[in-house]
Amino acid sequence: MPKKYHIETTPIPPRFYPVGKYTTIEFREDCAGSCRECVKKKCVYNVFKDNYSHITAMKEPEYLYECMSCFRCVQECTKAIFSRVINPEYRILGDEYWNPDIIHRTWYQAHTGAIPVSGSGYGGRFSGPGYDSIWTDMSEIVRPTRDGIHGREYINTSIELSRRPERLSFNEDMSLAVDVPPIMEVPVPVLFQPPELGIVNENVLKSLVKAASTMGTLMFIRPEIVTDDLKQYGPTLIPCLTKETLGKYQDLVDASVMIELAHEPGIEKEFSRIRKMKENIFISVGVPLNADAASIAIELTKGGVDTVHFYADHHGRELVSKKPMFIKDAIRKIHLALVDASVRQRVNLIVTGGVAMAEHVNKSILCGVDGVVIDYPLLIAMECRLCFSCNKGLPCPVKVGEVDPEYGSARIINLMAAWRNQMLEMLGAMGLREVRRLRGEVGRSLWLEDLENENFAPIFGERKVPFDF
Amino acid sequence: MNDRKKIKRPEIVETPSRFRNTIGKYTIKRNSSCISCGLCAELCPNGVHIKPKNYSRPLRPVEHKCIGPDCRENDYFCIDRCPAKALTLRKNAMLETMGDYRWTPEMLIGHFAMAETGELPIVDLEYSLGNSGGGFDKIRFIKPDPGKRNDLMDDEIDLSIELNKTGDRRPKKTISIPCYGGGMSYGSTALAVMVGRARAAKRLNTLTCTGEGGYPSELLPYKEHVITQVATGLFGVREETIQNTPMMEFKYAQGAKPGLGGHLLGEKVTEAVAAMRETVVGSPLFSPFPFHSVYSVEDHKKHVDWMKEINDQVLCSVKVSTPTDVDMVAVGAYYAGAHVIHIDGSYGGTGAAPDIAKKNIAMPIEYAIPKVHRFLVNEGARDKICLIASGGIRNAMDVLKAIALGADGVVIGTAEIVALECVRCTKCESGRGCARGIATTDPELGYMITEEYTEQRIVNLYLAWCKQWCELLRSFGMESIRELVGRSDLLVHLDYLEESERAKYKPAPNYRMVI
Repeated sequence: MPKKYHIETTPIPPRFYPVGKYTTIEFREDCAGSCRECVKKKCVYNVFKDNYSHITAMKEPEYLYECMSCFRCVQECTKAIFSRVINPEYRILGDEYWNPDIIHRTWYQAHTGAIPVSGSGYGGRFSGPGYDSIWTDMSEIVRPTRDGIHGREYINTSIELSRRPERLSFNEDMSLAVDVPPIMEVPVPVLFQPPELGIVNENVLKSLVKAASTMGTLMFIRPEIVTDDLKQYGPTLIPCLTKETLGKYQDLVDASVMIELAHEPGIEKEFSRIRKMKENIFISVGVPLNADAASIAIELTKGGVDTVHFYADHHGRELVSKKPMFIKDAIRKIHLALVDASVRQRVNLIVTGGVAMAEHVNKSILCGVDGVVIDYPLLIAMECRLCFSCNKGLPCPVKVGEVDPEYGSARIINLMAAWRNQMLEMLGAMGLREVRRLRGEVGRSLWLEDLENENFAPIFGERKVPFDF
Repeated sequence: MNDRKKIKRPEIVETPSRFRNTIGKYTIKRNSSCISCGLCAELCPNGVHIKPKNYSRPLRPVEHKCIGPDCRENDYFCIDRCPAKALTLRKNAMLETMGDYRWTPEMLIGHFAMAETGELPIVDLEYSLGNSGGGFDKIRFIKPDPGKRNDLMDDEIDLSIELNKTGDRRPKKTISIPCYGGGMSYGSTALAVMVGRARAAKRLNTLTCTGEGGYPSELLPYKEHVITQVATGLFGVREETIQNTPMMEFKYAQGAKPGLGGHLLGEKVTEAVAAMRETVVGSPLFSPFPFHSVYSVEDHKKHVDWMKEINDQVLCSVKVSTPTDVDMVAVGAYYAGAHVIHIDGSYGGTGAAPDIAKKNIAMPIEYAIPKVHRFLVNEGARDKICLIASGGIRNAMDVLKAIALGADGVVIGTAEIVALECVRCTKCESGRGCARGIATTDPELGYMITEEYTEQRIVNLYLAWCKQWCELLRSFGMESIRELVGRSDLLVHLDYLEESERAKYKPAPNYRMVI
């Protein structure tokens, strides 16, 4: 049996006390004092462990990160002195897209390396904009093509980043008549990239690249921030260059297996020169995700690019557009344009921006990319609160800049292991053995508008309220 | 004089909360200027204020019974009448920390009240609509024609459904309400909860389900009302357990985690649980997915035949989740000889499931019911099979909407647990299990709940629901809930109405929650 790809995890507790969701409010003037029945002592989860000594010795306020919200303290205090509110700091974590729940979940996964599991049913909105309007399918009893929970170690999550010939052809002596380009594989469909905002110093970069290298994935990086220390990770780095800076960073190019060029018209003419310069180097081209992205991708594919890397904004929207499309729709459009041009299988597509949770990876792939590139989740794994104090010149509340690369990379690895396991859960339920089979496979998904049209339109007639995408 | 048959329903017994401080929509605080005159206790008809005779001071207000500022109209409004102005009334700010988009705090509190009193809540709570912004929360019944309304009493309206419609030689099985209890296994919930649910099912003449975890002998006195579940792990399934039951249920998949097997965490596998499931103490139990003996409808038929062979009276239910081809699966189950096809939507409950599965896999039940119903109608099989829906059916109105969309009846899990004062903290699985003593096998936490409490709270909840069901049926001039099946012409969806039409219906709650 060949060795299975597996990401080792080990619990890595946070360095700073995380922002908790709840705060208790106690009306202490009503407290009986040294009550034998004190609910703080009886807490099932022991969240008040530092806080029940004596009323005078209590720290405050108590932001309850570990509170499980069982309400027993509220309901059992003999004097009913407890009430709870949501921690005001929790409310302002992140923003509308990177909401407190996502940040909390990311912290949990980076801490434990485990996938979030909970009881009782789903408690969120029925559906929502963006990724929340897609459900993935599952295989029921009648299809023998699926792997269950026990088969999931056999599910392959690796993707290729190298170009492919359209088809093989053979000479009469059965030798290959076409050039087969070299193959490059990464074991997970997730690549890294340092975020644009937030603290990105050497410690952070080292954490990122160390994690990437351990996992066998790659990291995009601007060449000017590559320090000498980082150069030892050369094969893990994908320097993001332009036509002009190509010569300037020759050492980086020499050390790497893949480089990225910023898109400009006629860039495909450079490919053969670069490949002559360094044999077997893989070329990605960075393209802003906008209305022209599809036609550019087709051109680049015909020009022999290995991978096209689209850049969306950090909320997963198209760049410079009045009414920006969300990435799920934008990449679906691009994927289909490449399919129509009969070139989709020759190239690989990846996208940066807006991928915040494990489910987004699968849903992006399902819409048509081969893999995704993540940035903010890497920072959040290192306890970042996305407060962006750093960009206002204020000190970081969790000192992200001082992170030890050992610690930082272990947290990121935990997060990625948890993400991969969640992807496997979804793939297993869908009955897919390979993440590559998921690419563009909308047949294994359920889309809000289709479900409404198929099941509600016959009953309720024509829909009058447009879908909230 | 009407000589209609009166339907006997069980008795309501008021069953107060297990916790000394209840959670209500409003808070009412009494400050130290109280002169203990006891006027508030004399005035309040809802029992918020209590001052027992020989007590010098009134007890702390029973906040969940307070009807809030609307009470101002009444001459017994305690806030105004208090001579010392010692009382303050506020909206309970804590509600923001409770519930979620699907089960809003008001829906939770409303169901606590129903389970306590067996009546509809007197407080102004929105317990029939959630804040999820889609599905049932946007579906409404049309305004009924006032001329059609009948004047039947609640006990003259037939709420029963028939589970065996196949016309085979097996016994008919009529349950008196259009719901039965969902599977919750021995191990996932406290034994008292399991037995209490079975006792409630007996009193209501309906069914409850063992879940996948064996058949504890404590259930035997109620065996006519207990479904034996046969799930992929086959935990605790024995020949006797099939012989004991009026209906057995094949669980192919569960809505909350379709495509994944059940999962009982190691901590919950106590000695008793391990003995029941014939496994090892403390080691986590996974049920595989799928049934590795079923790879086709033919294999499935073999399964059904096997059960029917063991017990010649048993009915077969097939529980599946809701993939794209749920309609095909349903019809396959029908041809394999099932009596009940039970579809479990993706927002259904669970004792433990990966969050990613609960949110993302398979379709919500609102879409699956009309899909399956229509397919079975076109196949000419609809009259021969009982279609049961579950997974995200939270309240009495959801039940009616599900039936109008095409189901015969529903399975209720979460609402029964909410009747036992579950606050949906979602921590059923962690550590020792539920901190509120419902979903736990921990000896210390398990003491918190009794069979009597469970039984009566669930009975009360359903009796309150019956009132809502009867009222709606009456308004449409119906005598039986069976007339409502598939009547989707009585439903509207707010997003499918012109704005002027939409204004006639209650808008869908749509407020931001901090999740």
